[in-house]
Amino acid sequence: MTERLTIGFLPLVDACLPILAQEHGFAADEGLELSFVRDVSWATVLDRLLYGHSDAAHMLAPLAIATTLGRGRPAQSLAAPFVLGLNGNAVTVSNALADALGCDGNLADPTDLGRRLKTVAAQRRDAGSPLRFGVVHRYSSHNYMLRYWLAGCGVRPDEDVEIVTIAPPFSAHALEAGEIDASCVGEPWNSIAVERGVGQIVLATAQIWRRGVEKVLALRTERLEQIRPSVEGLIRAMRRAGEHFVDPANWEVNAAILARPEYCDAPHKLLLHAISDRLVLKQGDAPQHYPDFMFQYREAANFPWVSQAEWLYSQLVRWDGLAHDPAAAHAAARVFRPDVYRSALRDTQDPIPTSSSKVEGSVSTALEAHTHGGTMLMENNSFFDGKSFDPDRLEEYIASQK
Amino acid sequence: MRIAIVDESASRASIIEEGLATLDGCEIFTLTSRTGLVAQIAQIAPDVIFMDLGNPSRDVLEEYFAVSRALDHPIAMFVDQSDDDQIAASIDAGVSTYVVDGLSAHRIAPLLKMTIQRFHAFARLQHELAEAHGKLAERDTIDKAKRILMKTKNIGEPAAYAELRKKAMSTNRRIVDIAEAVVTAHELMGDGQ
Repeated sequence: MTERLTIGFLPLVDACLPILAQEHGFAADEGLELSFVRDVSWATVLDRLLYGHSDAAHMLAPLAIATTLGRGRPAQSLAAPFVLGLNGNAVTVSNALADALGCDGNLADPTDLGRRLKTVAAQRRDAGSPLRFGVVHRYSSHNYMLRYWLAGCGVRPDEDVEIVTIAPPFSAHALEAGEIDASCVGEPWNSIAVERGVGQIVLATAQIWRRGVEKVLALRTERLEQIRPSVEGLIRAMRRAGEHFVDPANWEVNAAILARPEYCDAPHKLLLHAISDRLVLKQGDAPQHYPDFMFQYREAANFPWVSQAEWLYSQLVRWDGLAHDPAAAHAAARVFRPDVYRSALRDTQDPIPTSSSKVEGSVSTALEAHTHGGTMLMENNSFFDGKSFDPDRLEEYIASQK
Repeated sequence: MRIAIVDESASRASIIEEGLATLDGCEIFTLTSRTGLVAQIAQIAPDVIFMDLGNPSRDVLEEYFAVSRALDHPIAMFVDQSDDDQIAASIDAGVSTYVVDGLSAHRIAPLLKMTIQRFHAFARLQHELAEAHGKLAERDTIDKAKRILMKTKNIGEPAAYAELRKKAMSTNRRIVDIAEAVVTAHELMGDGQ
């Protein structure tokens, strides 16, 4: 018997795994039929999830945590048993700002760029027209990664620069209209700004945190328990979709699927650039290869590390100006559900980490991690400033960010 | 009570406005443009905002609400958790509702009820409109088929219509389906001007 699941999403490249699981028949192999509901704002994706229009959703990881903690609306418990991908976002600056920062058409060194930005930001602040950055949502990894980078370079968010919310499909327009000077957004929206000649890509979020958690597959915790076998089937189907997605032989066909009007509704060429980690950084230039710009499969990329949820919690209290609360930290950590991921893949050959938590940013050279039945190579996962996040010392970490 | 209606569909916004205007003590502001939305909302300082569920500006507005919590005008999503059924009805109808924190549920209920009704009414109208368009298109097809029959068989209009009707009845299909077949066949046989 076929089980039908409805999945909410925003038109972004990293909605790819459930879409490809359906399109290539991996979902059908698990007895699942997926249908998709596309929206243009995260608030709508979330409403549909909370009120049963969808069973699961492509969701910003910090938003799943914020919803569970009741930030901005009554608390509702969400569960994320699968990470849809790591990174895949970029910082795009207006041409004027690119000139002011002396950008040369390549990805900049984050520390070096931050130093130059600090000077420009101070000038603009003193002139009474502070630099304004657009992020896709208050509770997004884009917001947290951007702020982490800025603060680490001595640029104080909300004081030296403004940070506002701009929905992804409008970010290129906002750059063009001068509403913002820079944006941090996922693909294909950076590339669309470049193609229109309204901005230049200067930094990938993978340069800020080499293995930074991005979207998750989120469900209401109650719903997850109701349809648990189907969710586990979906996890297996999405792992197979990930394997297909990262194989260069499939890039063309997958870009063509994602380009379709019912999915990303964006030019095939731009989607191909994102999928292959080869972005055009400046209008008219050739694409440049930045390995692991998107990270959808290797190193058990989809495993929901509890330590990732805890890092997001540390940023939520940092930027919402909250005091650390152990109960809230525990609830935030519980959003990520490695137990469900493990149970889904137990009988497969897929490598599954034995632990649920790790020190984030601790690996600067490749290292072998334990998995059930073997080991797995984990590459560099560092933060740009060389600091690491030890979830066992969460309180200390939060205090150090003040 | 100050109410803002945010909807990129101007016709739906006016239908909601018309409904709410029948309630006492409502001052209504209708916003249909995306540009400058937050600034306008800040100026209006509404007690209640009704917004179409899929509106692309929702994340931007929610960000503003979150920031405005520091001000003396906090806005929260919905009234409180106890109204879950009402919220679900609102989401199903395609309305998202934002209410100033502390405004009592019984003051909101009639507004929300009216808005939901009006959303449903608008959806019904659209459905009827689509149906009417469909009917018009059907009539066109039947007229075309009649003209083809009149010309090729050299008969009058009543006779042409009678032929379509007879065929429809004998094959247990709709007249428009027969007409469509006639038109398609005619196009295939050439001479399909």
